[in-house]
Amino acid sequence: MEMVRVTNLKKKYGNFTAVDDISFDIKKGEIFGFLGPNGAGKTSTINMIIGLSRPTAGDIAVNGIDVRKQTKKAQAIMGIVADESNLYNEMNGFDNLCFCAALYGIRKEEREPKARQLLEQFRLTDAGNRPYKAYSKGMRRKLTIAAALIHSPRILFLDEPTTGIDVESSRYIRDMIVDLKKQGTTIFLTTHYIEEAQRICDRIAFIANGRIVATGTVPELMESVKHGHTIHFITDEITECLADEVQAHFRGSNVTIRSDRSLVMASEQRIPLLPVMAFFRDKGIEVYEAEELRPSLEDVFVKLTGIESSMLGKEKANTTS
Amino acid sequence: MKSWIAFWNILKKDIKNYYLKPPNISWGIIFPLSWTLMQLIRSPGKNVLELLPGLIAMSVLFGTTSMLAVTITFERSGRSFERLLLAPISLSTMVLAKMAGTIVFGIFNAFVPVIFASFFINLSAVKWGALLPAVFLIAITSSLMGLLIAVSAEQVFEAQTFSNFFRFPMLFLCGLFIPISSLPAFLRPVSYCLPLTYGTDILKGAIIGTNTLSPALCFGLLLVFSTILFLICRYNINRKWIL
Ligand SMILES: Nc1ncnc2c1ncn2[C@@H]1O[C@H](COP(=O)(O)OP(=O)(O)OP(=O)(O)O)[C@@H](O)[C@H]1O
Ligand SMILES: [Mg+2]
Repeated sequence: MEMVRVTNLKKKYGNFTAVDDISFDIKKGEIFGFLGPNGAGKTSTINMIIGLSRPTAGDIAVNGIDVRKQTKKAQAIMGIVADESNLYNEMNGFDNLCFCAALYGIRKEEREPKARQLLEQFRLTDAGNRPYKAYSKGMRRKLTIAAALIHSPRILFLDEPTTGIDVESSRYIRDMIVDLKKQGTTIFLTTHYIEEAQRICDRIAFIANGRIVATGTVPELMESVKHGHTIHFITDEITECLADEVQAHFRGSNVTIRSDRSLVMASEQRIPLLPVMAFFRDKGIEVYEAEELRPSLEDVFVKLTGIESSMLGKEKANTTS
Repeated sequence: MKSWIAFWNILKKDIKNYYLKPPNISWGIIFPLSWTLMQLIRSPGKNVLELLPGLIAMSVLFGTTSMLAVTITFERSGRSFERLLLAPISLSTMVLAKMAGTIVFGIFNAFVPVIFASFFINLSAVKWGALLPAVFLIAITSSLMGLLIAVSAEQVFEAQTFSNFFRFPMLFLCGLFIPISSLPAFLRPVSYCLPLTYGTDILKGAIIGTNTLSPALCFGLLLVFSTILFLICRYNINRKWIL
């Protein structure tokens, strides 16, 4: 059974349609990602699913519970991390976690060890008795996530879990998310980082202007865009006129000279390498490298949504995790 | 049981984080105290006992209305309030838990003038059986008014301004220091639309025996006011906070 089933969901603010008739399922135990630029309708969708906002139309079921009719019953199994860290400034980390546990009816004997365990898990033990207002952005984010886990939810909603925090903390949070999935928690996250979605999500939905443009695993999304084949050759000295010669020799190919030592050959069909190599050898051109260029998820996103990829965020530094 | 754990912890957190903070405590003491002095200086011959019902009513009113409005608006602007809306407890439980802190604080404030007065006058004739429930009901109705303000305010300063807008006129309209009978005729109907009028009347009866209405009627009306205000608040919260 699906953990979340959203059917024809719609949200209007006055005349403006923020979420426009979207439907999707989230399977039990998967990490499902909403990838879209600012204002795409990610938060609006999450808020409707968690019962913080009323849909204009449509149905939402979480673990088979109709959220619109049995909001409180559904909320009991949800863990929620809002797009801004929102714990209590005056309280320290440990008290914040205990308070959140109490909201879910967890007794003192249970909530205190659980809070300690989460502080340790998020490497916040030392910060546990410092007030939340003294935390850094990354620490606040981590504590907010810990607070969402205190009642061991079946499904965790993360609205932009890593926006605005450093690479190190982001990576740590992503590892946590993957670990949670391994323990059986279903995860719904929104992001505007393509790499993040690609790296940790089992399935991704592209959302733009309130509509879901495509949903699928990364390979499925790649497949959904019809693309030809492109090979990048690195050679010794070549001249501009080579492009026409190659195109004339290999029908259906499209050649671009990139520099005086590299060219790109594109074609609808697969490009057989040996004849191309033989052609270059006959011209007296040495080939040092040939590499197939595959479209990135970013290219697919741009193609499917028609939105420039610069509208999506990039993490500040190149990450390698 | 689960709801009770949530209720109790919301109450405990609010008391610790808001109501036990020195500025709030001192406000509860200083304001009634300076008002008493002002009254005594203005009319030196006046009996402290006659001032007491008004002082108690005023302390409760000032201790409750703005506290709830301000703390809720504050939590809403920091968005921690969303946690309460998302918790698996009914909206009523949550609202009652938030109110409970204010009510306790209001009752505590009510006793500031009582304790001061006890140094100067003999309080043995006071009917505590009427005074205590009246204080309780005044605290409930005033904190519900604070809640109503919280639903309309977006920012803390708005909450502060709106509560002053309500409570200062009530000081004069509800018979706290000026008898309603000496108000201009056109204002009197307004007085009888305000719950504090009935609470103050019970206090006057309990302390100096000068009530103008039957205490039973006043209690009944206070209960009616409480119920109606609670329902309006819950309806408004549902409508305005769950977008
Ligand atoms: N309460 C509201 N009233 C009016 N319009 C709103 C409201 N909330 C959101 N919107 C509009 O709805 C659209 C979608 O907003 P939403 O917050 O869901 O986007 P998002 O995908 O979460 O964006 P971001 O990446 O910036 O968080 C935006 O154009 C926004 O201006
Ligand atoms: Mg958002």
